[in-house]
Amino acid sequence: MTDLADSLPSFSLESHSGQSYAFPASKPSVVCFVKEDCPTCIEVMPILEALYQHISADVDVYVVGQTKAGNQILADRFKPSYPLLDDSSLSVSFASNIDTVPAFIVCDSEGRIASRLSGFFRDEWKKTISGLCSSCELSELQFAWSELPEWRPGCGSLSVDPIVADRLYAESTKSPLRARRIEIAPMDDEFDFMADQSFGDGLPLVPPTPERVIRMLSSVSRDPQEVIAVMPPNMGQVTVEKVAVNAVMAGCKPEFMPVIIAGVEAVCSDEFNIHGVMATTMGAFPLMVVNGPIRHTLGMNMKLGALGQGSRPNATIGRALRLVIRNLGGARPGGTERSTFGSPAKFTMCFAEWEERNPWSPLHVERGFDAEESVITIFAMTSGPTLIVDQDSRLASQLAGSLALCLESAFHPKAHFATEAMLVISPEHVDTLVSDGYTKDDIRRRIQEVTSRSIKQLQVDDVSGVGFKNEYYENLTEKQRNRLLPKFRSEKDIHITVAGSEAGKFSAAFHGWAAGAIGSIPVSRKIEEK
Amino acid sequence: MTVILDPTDEKLPVERGLAKRTGKINGRLALLDISKPRGNVFLDRLAELIRLRLPDLQINRYAKPTFTRPAPEELRFEMLRENDFVVEGLAD
Repeated sequence: MTDLADSLPSFSLESHSGQSYAFPASKPSVVCFVKEDCPTCIEVMPILEALYQHISADVDVYVVGQTKAGNQILADRFKPSYPLLDDSSLSVSFASNIDTVPAFIVCDSEGRIASRLSGFFRDEWKKTISGLCSSCELSELQFAWSELPEWRPGCGSLSVDPIVADRLYAESTKSPLRARRIEIAPMDDEFDFMADQSFGDGLPLVPPTPERVIRMLSSVSRDPQEVIAVMPPNMGQVTVEKVAVNAVMAGCKPEFMPVIIAGVEAVCSDEFNIHGVMATTMGAFPLMVVNGPIRHTLGMNMKLGALGQGSRPNATIGRALRLVIRNLGGARPGGTERSTFGSPAKFTMCFAEWEERNPWSPLHVERGFDAEESVITIFAMTSGPTLIVDQDSRLASQLAGSLALCLESAFHPKAHFATEAMLVISPEHVDTLVSDGYTKDDIRRRIQEVTSRSIKQLQVDDVSGVGFKNEYYENLTEKQRNRLLPKFRSEKDIHITVAGSEAGKFSAAFHGWAAGAIGSIPVSRKIEEK
Repeated sequence: MTVILDPTDEKLPVERGLAKRTGKINGRLALLDISKPRGNVFLDRLAELIRLRLPDLQINRYAKPTFTRPAPEELRFEMLRENDFVVEGLAD
């Protein structure tokens, strides 16, 4: 490949009369890019004809048009003697970094650029052409320069039109894409094809065409081939490009990419244990909570319906992470994903915290980040959101007691010290709690207090086989049998966020999986924006 | 033709999979006449030979209204409901 900083790329194009021309040939050359609907290009066409007539014995002159139909219009109107070349694929214009037409470029016999002009500055054009004639030991070009305007701006080259620029970049030799290209036959429906290849979650996928992936990569400054994680169980290498491919399929916008990348890094940590989370028959799923300024940048939903459908970033960021886990980690139902029931939250489960309505520290600040940092935190959960309905409590102690009673059902009411939980507290419930000065720690303490049960109460009985087994229970002293155990092993296993609409005396709970090193530990990652 | 990028770790080839091979042929077989001239003659003879070799196979006959267009949706679903295999009889 030629060095674009110094040279025009070599090319072979066909002229309007059907003849093929190759650049560079053996002579110095002038290459001028034009398009027929650019008034400035129309102004310079007579100069190009005069120049061709004057120097074509010593210098090749190529005029490159950007559409076939446009070239025909130019040919009919100006009847050029020079070759009017067809670059309707725009590949030469793109490879030559043409932003503006007319682009007038003088090259030596090996294609190295001697001078390059954009638009029309009369004095510049006159000087450049004069210099070219002089270097070829030719007389000055005789042309009525004074009849031309002093200056005319050019027009945008079609090769930088946003509609085609991403495709041209994806197809060019400069393309950063390395993923395997899959051609879908014309008679094959692309949505059916992707479903049949098991690329997705059962819902339609956006086809990850090269131009869409290029666009997705535009919001990330990292090298597309950088391996950001190795994803169990298949230990697939997750490159930035592969994340982008899956993000396209999920329906993401490019600006969502940094959140997904941070999410991939989080779930691939040893602490999170994505293999166990996906493989468990309990049907765990990654619950993603986004904090910090990026919530507003992306327009994430943290208010009415925050845990449900209708918000593109909430829905597609969560979906993209799941697709990466599926396609690069290999976690597929029936394969290494063995959930008994599955869960709708396995499609996507992502929301933002309403920090501005949160009177306490937001989640990411509690976890050691600055308030102004954007952070994703991922939890392994097995169910939820389950609704906690308390429209009656007016005291914080009563409401926190209600939260406790509802959380006791996580896993099983008699399963204590087993799991963790995420409470999503609604604004109305926040107000009740705050009116009595409750902090997050007060809520946690109250939950542990209300859910505390004696081992006697938790022993296996006729109602349920879950609890302390008789062979264990029989060996305990009376004092030991009366020992109280709260629901959660630690107050740190009770996670608290704020979201939801202003109306509704409800909260929501997600119930966890095996909490701690035996299962999964929540992981936070800073979101690195471009 | 649409070109897409592979979202997977590329450990497996991308191809249209064949239907599962069970090692035996039984059940219900659709013979689809695409309505090209003499396609029915070909399929009649094919049906005779299949009955000789695979007497337990139930053969169901279908015809597209015209060879110039894909089979109508109702016909595709009818064949899908009533059969385990399809042999499509071309002509020319």
